[in-house]
Amino acid sequence: MELHANDKIIINQLQGGFPICEDPWSELEKKLNIPADEIIQRIEHLKNEGILSRFGPMYHAEKMGGGLTLAAMEVSHESFDEIAEIVNEFPEVAHNYARDHRLSMWFVIATETPEQVEDVIQKIENKTGIRVYNMPKLQEFFLGLKFEV
Amino acid sequence: MLAKQQQLEEVQIDEIDRKIIAATQQGLPLTRHPYNDVAASVGVDVAEIISRMKNMTELGVIRRTGVVPNHYKLGFKANGMSVWNVPEEKIEELGKKVGSIDFVSHCYERPRFLPEWPYNLFAMVHGKSREEVQQKVNVIAELLAQDDFGHQVLFSTKILKKTGLRIK
Repeated sequence: MELHANDKIIINQLQGGFPICEDPWSELEKKLNIPADEIIQRIEHLKNEGILSRFGPMYHAEKMGGGLTLAAMEVSHESFDEIAEIVNEFPEVAHNYARDHRLSMWFVIATETPEQVEDVIQKIENKTGIRVYNMPKLQEFFLGLKFEV
Repeated sequence: MLAKQQQLEEVQIDEIDRKIIAATQQGLPLTRHPYNDVAASVGVDVAEIISRMKNMTELGVIRRTGVVPNHYKLGFKANGMSVWNVPEEKIEELGKKVGSIDFVSHCYERPRFLPEWPYNLFAMVHGKSREEVQQKVNVIAELLAQDDFGHQVLFSTKILKKTGLRIK
């Protein structure tokens, strides 16, 4: 889909800072110089087209008491699909990517409490017989999706 | 390592905050007065929703509020997880440096697993092609200079699963 100039403004300007107030759209209308109804319609359209995956607050899982980690496994080519199926069956596995490395499977584990992360890792190791490398973030250095279109 | 992990401190949120989170974690309604609609579904008045969401933003429970672009759909089809072996004692300085580059979307310190995994700094780099990602990784390497004890780029070859985080 071809992006309209106003779509680009919305994508570039609204990755953060959506006002938290009773009438956020009027505030944005002034800031972006685009009519409120048009902004709403464009966001709706961009969402429907899949260009925006979300609109709203982004929550920080660990701050709410949840557990979160990045895990990696060395999975052979032959057993890859089978292992992916076992790993993906866990509801705590949120994202899972194949990557071109000896450590070929990388997934995010999200749990309700931090203690449960270790538990899920144990279960995955038991079910697959493969070591799981647990790589939680120790420090975060800025997290801003700054895609410019 | 444990001490560092505890830096990501948990903050106190109550039952009403949790209701607000449950009502908004899939997103805000695209209506003329989105917070009024959240208020109606949570069962408190809009002023309370606004003050609590502002407070959660200040506490860092809400990272930010806005739109999340799907970079793949925007043509950023290559995503490379660049991993770096950098001196531990300089990790904070170097992490901030790398994290502030505009083409780096996420930047974290993670534990090493020696000897097979010496990388302690992760920087996600997006680009329109693998070549572009590789060029951007070279920019990071130049920036780190003598503090780059080795790095690799892991390209994703397939999304095996993608679901949002669910919080109860």
